Amino acid sequence: MDKMDGRRWHDMGGLPAGEVPKDGHDFAIWEKRVDALMILCGTKGHFTVDGLRRALEDMGPEAFENHTYYERWIAAVNQNLIEAGVYSIEELGTRMEQIKARGPSYGEASVKDG
Amino acid sequence: MAERVRVKAMMPPGHVRAPFYLRGKTGEIERSLGPFKNPEQLAYALPAAPKNLYRVRFTMAELWGAEAEAPQDFVEAEIYEHWLERLPDAP
Repeated sequence: MDKMDGRRWHDMGGLPAGEVPKDGHDFAIWEKRVDALMILCGTKGHFTVDGLRRALEDMGPEAFENHTYYERWIAAVNQNLIEAGVYSIEELGTRMEQIKARGPSYGEASVKDG
Repeated sequence: MAERVRVKAMMPPGHVRAPFYLRGKTGEIERSLGPFKNPEQLAYALPAAPKNLYRVRFTMAELWGAEAEAPQDFVEAEIYEHWLERLPDAP
């Protein structure tokens, strides 16, 4: 929103929306994993769905235009896990480098610890 | 007689659980849904006191005025108690 009217970008109820897309779609394995990760985080008490939503809302409209649904989710999960102290930025960066070094394909990157 | 309430019209920034299009609007309590931890606190990983949640009924005429296609139809939304102010019964 350009003007400071109090409505944040995600709060779209009541705005013109045009046609509602009705075509179905399937999910990739990584997307299912993100969904499962979110559920696990809630079960373990790291954060709630409210924390997920808060992080998604704080990303702003550019994230909505440029990233897919589960790309936004994993970013929000990560934000909450860092805030909850589950891992540090350093640990995250180190782990990402390790997995990147396994190889570019999903299969290579998915190999268990090592 | 159903209890009349108005959704507070305040506009704080942050994680808010009252949709913009309902703020400042008047409706009737359809039923009480019981207490839930305040999601506006949970969103920031803070201790969250239980807040009662209500299903509130708003007419399309109230929400959209003259633009409402079916003014007698209604929307029901779930709103936490801290976003509602009670109104005196209609005369």
